[in-house]
Amino acid sequence: MQPATLRVAADPLGGRGRLEASGVGAVLTKRALVHAAVVALALAPLAWLAHGALRGGLGANPVETITHTTGGWALRCLLACLAVTPLRRAVPRLAVLAPYRRTFGLLAFLYAVLHAATFFALDLGFVFARIAEEIAERPYVTLGFTALVLMTPLAVTSTRSWQRRLGRRWLTLHKLAYVAAALAVAHFLWLVKADLREPLIYAALLAALLGARVIRAATFFE
Amino acid sequence: MRMIRPSLLPERDVTPEALFLRRRQFMQASAAFSGAMLFGCGEDTAARAAAPAPSLAKLPNIIPAPASYRTDEAQTPYADATAYNNFYEFGTAKEDPARNAHTLRIRPWTLAVEGEVAKPGVLDIDTLLKQYPLEERIYRLRCVEAWSMVIPWVGIPLADVLKRFAPTSAAKYVAFETLVDEEQMPGQKRSVLDWPYREGLRLDEAMHPLAILAVGMYGNVLPSQNGAPLRLVVPWKYGFKSIKSIVKLKLVERMPRTSWNDQAPDEYGFYANVNPRVDHPRWSQRSERRIGEWNKRPTLPFNGYAEQVAGLYKTMDLRRHF
Repeated sequence: MQPATLRVAADPLGGRGRLEASGVGAVLTKRALVHAAVVALALAPLAWLAHGALRGGLGANPVETITHTTGGWALRCLLACLAVTPLRRAVPRLAVLAPYRRTFGLLAFLYAVLHAATFFALDLGFVFARIAEEIAERPYVTLGFTALVLMTPLAVTSTRSWQRRLGRRWLTLHKLAYVAAALAVAHFLWLVKADLREPLIYAALLAALLGARVIRAATFFE
Repeated sequence: MRMIRPSLLPERDVTPEALFLRRRQFMQASAAFSGAMLFGCGEDTAARAAAPAPSLAKLPNIIPAPASYRTDEAQTPYADATAYNNFYEFGTAKEDPARNAHTLRIRPWTLAVEGEVAKPGVLDIDTLLKQYPLEERIYRLRCVEAWSMVIPWVGIPLADVLKRFAPTSAAKYVAFETLVDEEQMPGQKRSVLDWPYREGLRLDEAMHPLAILAVGMYGNVLPSQNGAPLRLVVPWKYGFKSIKSIVKLKLVERMPRTSWNDQAPDEYGFYANVNPRVDHPRWSQRSERRIGEWNKRPTLPFNGYAEQVAGLYKTMDLRRHF
């Protein structure tokens, strides 16, 4: 397959196309396409939920399905986000993954917002007093809600301009993603009745990611 | 083997299902509407109502439920009641039992009754079916996880079965046990709970006319995922008390061990009466989601059976004896 050549041939702006014949533009485009495909894939569960909610394909308890699906994908996207940097460092060829940190972070935030909104709207009927009571009185809700609160400034400051504006402090701020992930795993563990397998898998993954960071920090200061 | 002649099928089994489905569509439409107000979506009610016809054998000569043993609330669609189950012997996900319970061998099946009884014995399920009239009971089912259903059971009052074995004066409680067999119940290969699943009732609770041993639902034989061939139904208690696929009843003097109470004594009490004023330590029990509805509804004390059963507990502190 020769996407670069194809692209030049198809490019109506002949002059610019010739410049890109070096392949740089084509690679960028291909990367953007892959990136878009990954985003589309990560949004597929949401599309499935929307379709199921409209057509009745979410099982006997659709609200529970929506809550569990959005919560699960929020956590998985957050872990994927945290995996990007360690992976890039471990495997130099994976340096191309850099932009995925932000993508997965934002996807995690989107799913977390939908997860919380489902709970507030359909379980608590959007009654503010009840929402406040649940957040205050149920530790698993407190943890989950705190994770969402912590993710909010991270989502807001995820743009390049905020990154520039905050400089080194941006990196410090965004370490909160680890705290949010730990809270999210604890939130999941806390509400399971007896079968801890799934939340423990996430706990192990998070521990491995944190471990990689700690090892790196330790070797750095040696 | 007991043969079921089609001529024995009562006429009344035919109409109500269509009726309840229609009423249900209306209920769902209104529930979906309130959901749609918030989420911009609704459920395709027709698709849900068009559940596959129950494929299990019809039970003959069912005595219709008298008014005090039936609720007129919309019944949960058969498809939902048989696809959304907690039966950890077949897996911990709600859809696991429907997927895995086909390995359960429901014949031959016997119920052993022992302990503080004058006439201990072993009762064959087919003898039980032959000797006792089958009664319909349309009950609410409230799960400790804050969802609920309305299910038309078919069964025998537990009291009638217990009396046959003549409990002695020392009998104060009834202990129930589910089958243990890893091959038939693959969920038992993992020790999520301490198998066999155990439950218990105080003798006066067990003798209460609302408590039944169910052998069927929706006019048909119980599907395996719902606890075939014989399960307990105690509608004023959280669902986990209604133990499934029972092989043993033991009348005892002291309060017996029960599975969920063993697993988390601070969360699941022996009594486990539905009580909106006593929360689960981790979540609220004030409201519940009726399967098929988007929004929650208030939970009733004793699951709406307070008039019949509150007297059993009048001297007890229900916060302490949760």
